[in-house]
Amino acid sequence: MAEKIYVLIDHGQGEVRNGSLEALAWGQKMAAERGGEVHAVMLSGPDQEAARQVADSAQASSLLWLRHERLADYDPDAYAAALKDLVRADKPGLLLMAHIYQNIDLAPKLAVAVEGCLITDCIGHKRDDGGLVFVRQMFRNKLNADIRPSSGHPCIATLQAGAVSRDELQAGQSPLQERQADLDQVPQRRVSLEKIGAGKGQVDLTKADVIVGVGRGVKKEENLAMVRELAEVLGAEIGASRPVVDNDWMERERQIGSSGQNVSPKLYIALGISGAIQHIVGMKGSNTIVAVNTDPNAPIFNIATYGIVGDLFEIVPALIEKLRAD
Amino acid sequence: MKIISCLKEVPARDTRYQVDSGQHWIEEGGLTLEINECDEYALEEALKLQEAHGGEVSILTVGGARSEKSIRKGLAMGAKQAILVEDEERRVNHPYAAAKVMAQALQDEEFDLVLAGTQSDDYSYAQTGVMLAEMLGLPHATIVMEIEAKPDEKKIKALREMESGWFQWVEMPLPAVLTIQAGSSQVRYPSLPNIMKAKRKEIRRIPLDDLGVDLESMPRLEISRLYFEEAEGKAEILEGDTRSVVDLLVEKLRKEARVL
Ligand SMILES: Cc1cc2nc3c(=O)[nH]c(=O)nc-3n(C[C@H](O)[C@H](O)[C@H](O)COP(=O)(O)OP(=O)(O)OC[C@H]3O[C@@H](n4cnc5c(N)ncnc54)[C@H](O)[C@@H]3O)c2cc1C
Repeated sequence: MAEKIYVLIDHGQGEVRNGSLEALAWGQKMAAERGGEVHAVMLSGPDQEAARQVADSAQASSLLWLRHERLADYDPDAYAAALKDLVRADKPGLLLMAHIYQNIDLAPKLAVAVEGCLITDCIGHKRDDGGLVFVRQMFRNKLNADIRPSSGHPCIATLQAGAVSRDELQAGQSPLQERQADLDQVPQRRVSLEKIGAGKGQVDLTKADVIVGVGRGVKKEENLAMVRELAEVLGAEIGASRPVVDNDWMERERQIGSSGQNVSPKLYIALGISGAIQHIVGMKGSNTIVAVNTDPNAPIFNIATYGIVGDLFEIVPALIEKLRAD
Repeated sequence: MKIISCLKEVPARDTRYQVDSGQHWIEEGGLTLEINECDEYALEEALKLQEAHGGEVSILTVGGARSEKSIRKGLAMGAKQAILVEDEERRVNHPYAAAKVMAQALQDEEFDLVLAGTQSDDYSYAQTGVMLAEMLGLPHATIVMEIEAKPDEKKIKALREMESGWFQWVEMPLPAVLTIQAGSSQVRYPSLPNIMKAKRKEIRRIPLDDLGVDLESMPRLEISRLYFEEAEGKAEILEGDTRSVVDLLVEKLRKEARVL
């Protein structure tokens, strides 16, 4: 029998998450290589609308729709229980999902519940002598690792944003298979209270053509003056990595990355930014990326167009001078 | 409140890594180690709760004897005692194993709350805390930025970070497990008197084998190869002294990339 690959499809406010479609494309790719079938899996309340939407847009052997009042909103106990029953009953060869915050919260719980192997934040997969391995980054993204799950256990993997392009997704229709989840025995422990919103601030980095991004390498708040001067000469907006914002050197709305803004300027200049994955997902859509970093192995150089291995405290003043002189 | 603060040691931030000859791990010789960033924030949150509600914070570490340095730092920051599960050969080398070992070590401990880091700076799996919660049969929340404890009601509120600048408060009964995000607050420095005091605090050592965890039969992850990403698609590195490198960059941005 063909191996089944299950892909969890996340959705919110009636919209399918982009990362889930990337995960589905990943599943399709793996199934093509391994001769398996892909099934989409969706959890929701009784409202059929979201399920219909997924069924009509994604090419899969089926859309397994797990339905229950308690699945209308994310609750780790209910979600893990519903998926545990599914994995136990159907025994998919693989369960794939997007590496989004909700799944970071859910997947490890599910892995323990089904006694499974979980490989988080994958950027791909390959085969080596011993079989399937998952590729992911470790040591602050400076090294890649091929990870092999032990056999004889269910296998769950989460896919990093953008690791597989959504363009690779084969669109089509999936027959809808409804299943009522059995959650009677599952206690409700965690309750969701209010959500606090991404208030729209003064700056909109998503519209900027040029962004000077500054990271922890700038070392002190005072040193930002130099960066501001560069931004001014370039007519650029300033963005920041998370530690700069955490230190209160800059407003939260200037943070770029998974928990901040998603930007795609024509030019992004990364100063003293190492290139952690959570930062990169926010700016890798930039057209041209310049990185200035003292560490030749900084992962930012893996995605930059031009790199300067050097001290930003020398490069930035020289750059300002040059741009002013021209 | 009795709080367990999970603390792991990782290579320091500025480490220039080298892969060992077997391509399974990094060269460990000469490595400088430090407390995993999120774990330090987790400890800070634990200490704030200790100050606000009384009780005591205990550090829980799985690691080699050399982890003592980081544990002492945690004790100097204000934790009352520590448990070190001794794993000199790094046999606990994936999250499932780490969670299982910690769950076992906590079996006879009384606690209201376990705090762990959201993820580690070496493996970056972001799994251990949640796995530990599930093994202990406790509710959890991840990527937590702020905590409001209500020990009298046996409840805890946590502010979870979500994508794109959104946050959400969740509430759950105690005991619970929370994984803390870096940057949640300012981490304290240990004072000199506290560093001296920390030297006398107890570190209870448990040999890994005493816990009777079967590391073989559980779901395992193995690093089959560790390597630097292949060069293709990497940045064009501009070379020269400061002035010429800047001239070259500006020229490229004008003529090649046409973004200036
Ligand atoms: C759930 C989660 C969400 C996250 N969300 C985000 C997010 O939205 N955005 C984000 O940015 N991060 C986010 N992070 C944090 C992320 O993992 C990294 O910690 C962060 O991006 C690192 O910032 P950095 O590159 O500025 O600092 P570091 O990683 O410390 O890098 C500093 C760099 O500066 C270089 N440097 C030092 N001195 C100099 C000098 N004189 N000249 C030139 N270079 C120098 C160093 O070589 C180093 O590469 C998140 C993490 C988690 C776990």
